Amino acid sequence: MACSPRFARLTAMYELDAVRVSYGGVEALAPTNLSIAAGETLVLLGPSGSGKSTLLRCLIGLSPFTGTLRFDGEPVRDWRQVRRRLGYVIQEGGLFPHLSARGNVALAAREFGWDTARIDARIAELAELVALDTAHLKRFPAELSGGQRQRVAMMRALALGPDVLLLDEPLSALDPVTRLRLAGELRDIFARLGMTVVMVTHSLREAKFFGGRAVLMRDGRIVQQGAIAELQQRPADAFVAEFLAAEEAL
Amino acid sequence: MIVARRPDEVGVWWLSWLAVLTVVMAALVIPALAHAEPVTAGSKKFTESVILAEIGRIALEQAGVPAQHRRELGGSRILFDAVETGEIGLYPEYTGTLRFEIFADRKLADDAALGPMLAQRGLALSRPLGFSDGYALAVSAEAAKRYGLTNLSDLARHPELTVAISNEFVDRADGWRALSAAYGLGAVKVRGIDHDLAYRAIAGGQIDVTDVYTTDAEIAAYKLVVLQDDRAFFPRYDAAFLYRRDLPAQAIAALNALTGRIDEPTMRELNRKVRIDGMSETDAARVALGLSAQAETDTRWSRLVDRTREHFALVAIALGLALMIALPLGIAAARLPRLGALVLPLTGLLQTIPSLALFVMLIPLLGIGAAPTIAALFLYSLLPIVRNTHAGLTGIPPALLDSAEALGLSRWTRLIRIELPLALPTILAGVRTAAVVAVGLATLGAIIGAGGYGQPILTGIRLANNGLILEGAIPAAMFALVIEGAFHLLERVILQRRQR
Repeated sequence: MACSPRFARLTAMYELDAVRVSYGGVEALAPTNLSIAAGETLVLLGPSGSGKSTLLRCLIGLSPFTGTLRFDGEPVRDWRQVRRRLGYVIQEGGLFPHLSARGNVALAAREFGWDTARIDARIAELAELVALDTAHLKRFPAELSGGQRQRVAMMRALALGPDVLLLDEPLSALDPVTRLRLAGELRDIFARLGMTVVMVTHSLREAKFFGGRAVLMRDGRIVQQGAIAELQQRPADAFVAEFLAAEEAL
Repeated sequence: MIVARRPDEVGVWWLSWLAVLTVVMAALVIPALAHAEPVTAGSKKFTESVILAEIGRIALEQAGVPAQHRRELGGSRILFDAVETGEIGLYPEYTGTLRFEIFADRKLADDAALGPMLAQRGLALSRPLGFSDGYALAVSAEAAKRYGLTNLSDLARHPELTVAISNEFVDRADGWRALSAAYGLGAVKVRGIDHDLAYRAIAGGQIDVTDVYTTDAEIAAYKLVVLQDDRAFFPRYDAAFLYRRDLPAQAIAALNALTGRIDEPTMRELNRKVRIDGMSETDAARVALGLSAQAETDTRWSRLVDRTREHFALVAIALGLALMIALPLGIAAARLPRLGALVLPLTGLLQTIPSLALFVMLIPLLGIGAAPTIAALFLYSLLPIVRNTHAGLTGIPPALLDSAEALGLSRWTRLIRIELPLALPTILAGVRTAAVVAVGLATLGAIIGAGGYGQPILTGIRLANNGLILEGAIPAAMFALVIEGAFHLLERVILQRRQR
């Protein structure tokens, strides 16, 4: 996805300019420049502690950062307004245990003043999209399986029809069978909705499965980016080669 | 809107209900305290004082003055302060107590000097009722015989005797120290004891000598020998009503009309009727006034209902106020760690004040009765609620807080729909602790005239009546258990579907 600078400016969903995160003097993310195009699927790849989750959290305003972050061409002033256009799913879903599946999904829509009929229609639509039995909507998170929980989390993230989906290891906590099935369904959903997707994973296979551009990180820095095949053919350094080889081997 | 009644909403609903209930209770109780203004007689916490105040109350009512009686409010100082501030209109007092305790620092020459002192404070003493309830020391008949004791001066020869006297008598200026000096009793070891327990102790042989009031019914009942005051140490303690000069004229006339009506044998007989025969103070007072003793109008059941209502009101109001303050305080402490570092130790510090001390300390600020009791219970309820609200909110997994923020929910929505419901089980546990502690502590309120289950306990101790003590203790324990159970149930309902 090599774009001319002018073209990138017009269609970029995100533009990061020297975005940096540090907690009490420890640099979690070194000054980072990154552009994410509308409709692109971007995979943030790297070992644990490499800063990939921190980078993702910057994209939804959960990590305080310095530098400039433009969303849809504008520097972000009010994150609450931007978040209406973002969906966020974390490992194990992050569902609220005191609300039913339906309550979880409806939360944001209620906050932004949707009426019951509209919410009900939207929930039915989403349940079909993520292939969730509507009987499960009355259940509480503790009463659902891991896969069902991730489906509900997807519904919650998609409730307001966002432009961007931000996923932090959404499949890591699942058993292999569920994981494979859900991965396939997610890929279909991304394709169908044509959304911008940014996904954090430490799994090379997942990155390959979803395709698109990969950004490989280490110690809070972007080490290399490009298609996975490109990275494998021309690793930028010994670390990249080693990481990709290790992921391939096990 | 989507799902009608989720368990966490039941909890939030329940908390708000408690707060609303409080306001309703306050609206019902506070006017009842402030509104109707009958003349209030007070009494100290011993039987004779209760009977005399009851005599005063009935005499006022016969004279057409609406009157009520707040029983067993405490010792002389508390009663004197209460009549001076107008919280009560009158109480039975003894000239000796006024001279040697209340006005001890004035060194008044005689009882006649009391008049001007009282007048300065808007108070006056009625004409004497006809008896003196002076102090005396008494020994068991057996000890009197063995040691040949008839006079107080005989005590100096027997420092091996076990002497236990009323706590109040140990402390007061005209008490043990002065007596010891007058009779050369320096070698005698003395310890304090509750006056009502002293008789049991002396009957059981644990102590040999104690102080008595000369009209005590127990002197005869326990076959005690009153030692003669051969050096005329003890002053006269003539009983009369101490009243406010702003009482209605017919009330004052009614009190003065009682002069000479009660002599020493009569008073001792009235005390005996109540303490030994188990007659009610009201009936004894009626007998003294030549009226027929009524059959007890209040049954055990109706007393229980009254006590329960009083006790419930004390706890509910205190707890409701505590919720209204402690919940926002706990939320603020969780949001602002610096404030939390200040608030949490402060509420903890409140908890360390001994409860009896706190109750008494609040009297100068809030008077006697329900107000200081509610204030004390309120202060004690703060810590568990603040601490648990803080703990519940700070204990929410960060991933859930992030999820709530990522959804674009406002701070307020996050607090109401996410954070408080998630912290609710912990908060409820705090409220439960506060409630159970308050139910127990509220029994102490009876000491300062707040009523509740403490009242029968207090009266039961005074009359050595275990039935009465249990009449307060058992419902108090049951009440605590019911609260404990109700909260337990509520917590289970809330958590039922959250965890598997």
